[in-house]
Amino acid sequence: MKLTGAQALIKSLEMEGVEVVFGLPGGCILPAYDPLLDSAIRHILVRHEQGAGHMAEGYAHVTGRPGVAMVTSGPAATNLVTPLCDAYMDSVPMVAITGQVSTTAIGTDAFQECDTVGITRSVTKHNELVMSAEELPQVIREAFHIATTGRPGPVLVDVPKDVLQATMEWYWPDTVDLPGYKPTTKGHPRMIREAARLILAAERPVIYAGGGILKARAAESLRALAELTGIHVVTTLMARGAFPDDHPLCLGMPGMHGNATAVTALQRADLLITLGARFDDRVTGKVSAFAPEAKVIHVDIDPAEQGKVRRPDVPIVGDCRQVIDEIVREIANLLATGEVQADTTAWKARVSGWRELYPLAYEPSRAGDALKPQFCLEALRDSVPEDTILVSGVGQHQMWASQYWRFRHPYTWVNSGGLGTMGFSVPAAIGAKVGRPDRMVWAVDGDGCFQMTAQELVTASTERIPIKVAILNNSYLGMVRQWQEMFYDERYSEVYLSPDLPDYVKWAEAMGCIGIRVEEPEEVQPAIDKANQIDDRPVVVEFRVDAREKVYPMVPAGLSNDDIVLPPSQNREYLR
Amino acid sequence: MSYVGIESASVRLHHHILSVLVENKAGVLARVASLFARRGYNIFSLAVAPTEDPRFSRITIVVDVESAPLEQVTKQLFKLINVVKITELDPRSSVERELLLATVRAEPANRGQVVELAKIFEGKILAVGPDALTVSLEGHPDKIDDFEELLRGYGIVELQRTGRVALSKLERDQARTRATSRKAS
Repeated sequence: MKLTGAQALIKSLEMEGVEVVFGLPGGCILPAYDPLLDSAIRHILVRHEQGAGHMAEGYAHVTGRPGVAMVTSGPAATNLVTPLCDAYMDSVPMVAITGQVSTTAIGTDAFQECDTVGITRSVTKHNELVMSAEELPQVIREAFHIATTGRPGPVLVDVPKDVLQATMEWYWPDTVDLPGYKPTTKGHPRMIREAARLILAAERPVIYAGGGILKARAAESLRALAELTGIHVVTTLMARGAFPDDHPLCLGMPGMHGNATAVTALQRADLLITLGARFDDRVTGKVSAFAPEAKVIHVDIDPAEQGKVRRPDVPIVGDCRQVIDEIVREIANLLATGEVQADTTAWKARVSGWRELYPLAYEPSRAGDALKPQFCLEALRDSVPEDTILVSGVGQHQMWASQYWRFRHPYTWVNSGGLGTMGFSVPAAIGAKVGRPDRMVWAVDGDGCFQMTAQELVTASTERIPIKVAILNNSYLGMVRQWQEMFYDERYSEVYLSPDLPDYVKWAEAMGCIGIRVEEPEEVQPAIDKANQIDDRPVVVEFRVDAREKVYPMVPAGLSNDDIVLPPSQNREYLR
Repeated sequence: MSYVGIESASVRLHHHILSVLVENKAGVLARVASLFARRGYNIFSLAVAPTEDPRFSRITIVVDVESAPLEQVTKQLFKLINVVKITELDPRSSVERELLLATVRAEPANRGQVVELAKIFEGKILAVGPDALTVSLEGHPDKIDDFEELLRGYGIVELQRTGRVALSKLERDQARTRATSRKAS
């Protein structure tokens, strides 16, 4: 069967089970958009290529399947750089297809030419420039294989226009040909035994669970390990939902804005059971002062993570789910043969004490005061189905959302962790809703973030993707303001936006959404209820919140986690 | 500072030799080089050519970096899809060779001395001009260093070294490997 390169490309996507492509056509990718008309693949026409990338990420986050973005050459490809880097940092499986000028024009500074593979080399797991139509099925097959196996990540395929127009004899490869790519999934048996022994011997163990748990679909395994051993679990920003917040063993989020108990439990532990986490600086604080008495078991599928930040006592390279299952089996065997787990009662008592003394806290607003953002989030949390997918941008609102939400299920939290991409939430929420149309999807956004990618709400309206957006409008770049207040003597430099400009309600309406403004505490609940009832178009609820509100607790950058700054109503006295 | 600088000096304390087997494909060298560039590590010398199997090339990289950061770069290198195998070669258990080409000033009066020097080192005279000679020398990089140093006295017009290529020695144990397996060690 003779096909054009373009037909082969679309057919290859179909063979990979792709059901939706987020994209925007242009000169060089035009040939691929023609066979798309005859395909069952749904195409979502974005308003900016960055939106296509973040939508693909949001889709991948909630479905576990690779998100696909397709855009043209030059400026479209460069607009995709931010989402590619975002997906790379957060290990999100994604395949990006970019048009390229014809092979004969490459290197001539042709119209809309850029060195896409060169530019994206360091922000992709792999990329490939396709030089002939015959290669297309093989390259696409390999792209999906690489994106979804091992440590997942974005893969970019750059396709010149003449390659799309050429004809080729269709085939579908049975295998991938990647002699240099064989991810290890099974943990080393000796290391597994060593880990099991350490776990049973530890008196102050903590499970430090990261995003790898979700990537490996290991939430059930994690729960089995925690419940078998009775060990507390902290879930990093990327792992929120991997272990239910209402589980008695869940300590919540550690890190720069983690709660005092999670932060301190890591600090005082004698064993960190690190599962799919990477000792990010936002978790460790000053590395040399992080968990000084702890031995470390580090499970990660990426060998380069072993010893990158903290030298592990027991490194285990492998798939989190397989390795945890193996550790659980090993522990069960040891217990069955008469081994006894060390007594952790004293430690658990300390942890319970911290939980009691150091809950998350904010001052409720008094009558006439501005709304508290935390109050709005609590109201939202208590008014939506428990499997609601929450998507956030980056900044104060993101930290409050992670802190105050109660995640009960995996894959209900989507955010930009590693790269910290402002503007992530609106397009990512759209992608999430496309992936899980059966779920309610709320984006929590800041006013600064919202202004970066809000135009994708036009996409949402047009394509009838009914997401809901809660803007916590404090008229500032809130996290920057917080740093300027705390670390720059309240010298506020270029951080004020405006409460009224733009008019968010009018803007939402102009984009085909319902817009609701909330200024008083008694308006909060009715607005949320109204938004929850709308299911035929996107809704934007603007909460006018207190600009002076800060995110607590906070570990100032570069300091030890022991120097955690608590809300004004608490002090560190008992955090020992 | 260029990121693929080729200096001409002997291998110093922190120098490590990596032998990297890669797929013989467009762009692979750029991927490898950019991992070093990204971290500001200077590549001291680099040689690349296809192996006995035309699907693969072998890159010999000499890099000036402490052991701990090298381990991280090596692991990152191994994450590249096109990188098949990485071996760190210990100079004590590997064979190393390099090729030097040099055009040296050689007036008729001292031409004989230059020819004599080349003969002692078992080099070859490739071209003779009225006041200059082009010589070649193949051998261990240390020997090349010595030869180059001696040529300097006569005035070097142009010089090109290939950068070292290396393989592990056959006898004794196989080359010391580091971070080449996907298993943690």
